[in-house]
Amino acid sequence: MKGILGRKLGMTQIFDEESGGVTSVTVIEAGPCPVVVVRTQAADGYDAVQLAYEPVAERKLSRGEVGHLRSKDVEPHRHVREFRGASELVPGETVTVEAFEPGDRVKVSGIGIGKGFAGTIKRHNFARGPVSHGSHNVRKPGSIGASATPSRVFKGMKMAGRMGGKRRTQVGLTIHATDPERNLLLVKGAVPGPKNGIVEVREEKR
Amino acid sequence: MSNVIDSIERAQLRSGLPRFKAGDTVRVHFQVIEGQRRRVQVFEGVVIKRQGAGARETFTVRKQSFGVGVERTFPLHSPKIERLELMAVGDVRRAKLYYLRGRVGKKARIREKQQRPGAAAVEAPAETTLAVTEDAPTATEPADLEPEATVEDQVVDAEAVTDDDVEAEPEPSQTQA
Repeated sequence: MKGILGRKLGMTQIFDEESGGVTSVTVIEAGPCPVVVVRTQAADGYDAVQLAYEPVAERKLSRGEVGHLRSKDVEPHRHVREFRGASELVPGETVTVEAFEPGDRVKVSGIGIGKGFAGTIKRHNFARGPVSHGSHNVRKPGSIGASATPSRVFKGMKMAGRMGGKRRTQVGLTIHATDPERNLLLVKGAVPGPKNGIVEVREEKR
Repeated sequence: MSNVIDSIERAQLRSGLPRFKAGDTVRVHFQVIEGQRRRVQVFEGVVIKRQGAGARETFTVRKQSFGVGVERTFPLHSPKIERLELMAVGDVRRAKLYYLRGRVGKKARIREKQQRPGAAAVEAPAETTLAVTEDAPTATEPADLEPEATVEDQVVDAEAVTDDDVEAEPEPSQTQA
């Protein structure tokens, strides 16, 4: 399982010198990520690698975080995440963007941009009502159920509410280029989250 | 914008492109790939807009082709642009010339920016006095002309034309025509 933690810097486009075509890419500043713990089926009941990202002053972490990293001989880092899957990595190693190569298929997870309190049209792709002839049902949700039977609203009914700001995974992406000098990954396509949001880049098996 | 993205884009910028703006007439030599063959297509017309910044900047060229208006948008820094020639500098008052879409024939003309003899002399000493009359497009009515370009305009014009000369055309007179 290949994986790395990074920060989404934004999007741009890259010209292909050969064909002259343009590729839209997301620039992700990823790693270097020290391996904190390697979980194994035998010892922990599951396989995973715990990676840390972004060195930070010790005083900015909680004592629990500092204690955990210190016990594994890792410098204080702001973010610690586990990546599920067996791996040959051992604690003390560092994962960099060199783990990935152009053409690798990856999926990227992150906290999507929060949209606030959104109506049903934006949140659930409802259709709007008529706008003229005295209609007041323009962006309203419409009927949310029957009357005396069942005399309640079913759970899970699609209604207005908070939208976005949740973890989302974009699959089917490919690595366009890597820049080990600047710790950059250029991923073809868009990835979840705002600029400067933390993202997990994982290899995608298919 | 992030510094990193900025530097990625800056690395892709092309140099040696002529300075042009909306209203100018340009000739774009654009590579077209047809299966295995690649050939160069020439698209000449009026620039009606420039949009975007950095490596993502594009410009749109409009021309009349067999009585039909045709617009084509090119990425300014595309490696597919083999050559970009500035044919004429237009005298327009806005950055986006969408109003040309609603016009045909004589109304769709753009006045050419007038150059003073001094400006022309910088790059073509041989035709100092003749330059003005030669430059004047047939479409322009003399009464409409502004009597004198400001000194600033003159400098910009001269630079733009000479840039183009270095880039593309060996003969200055041809560039002006």
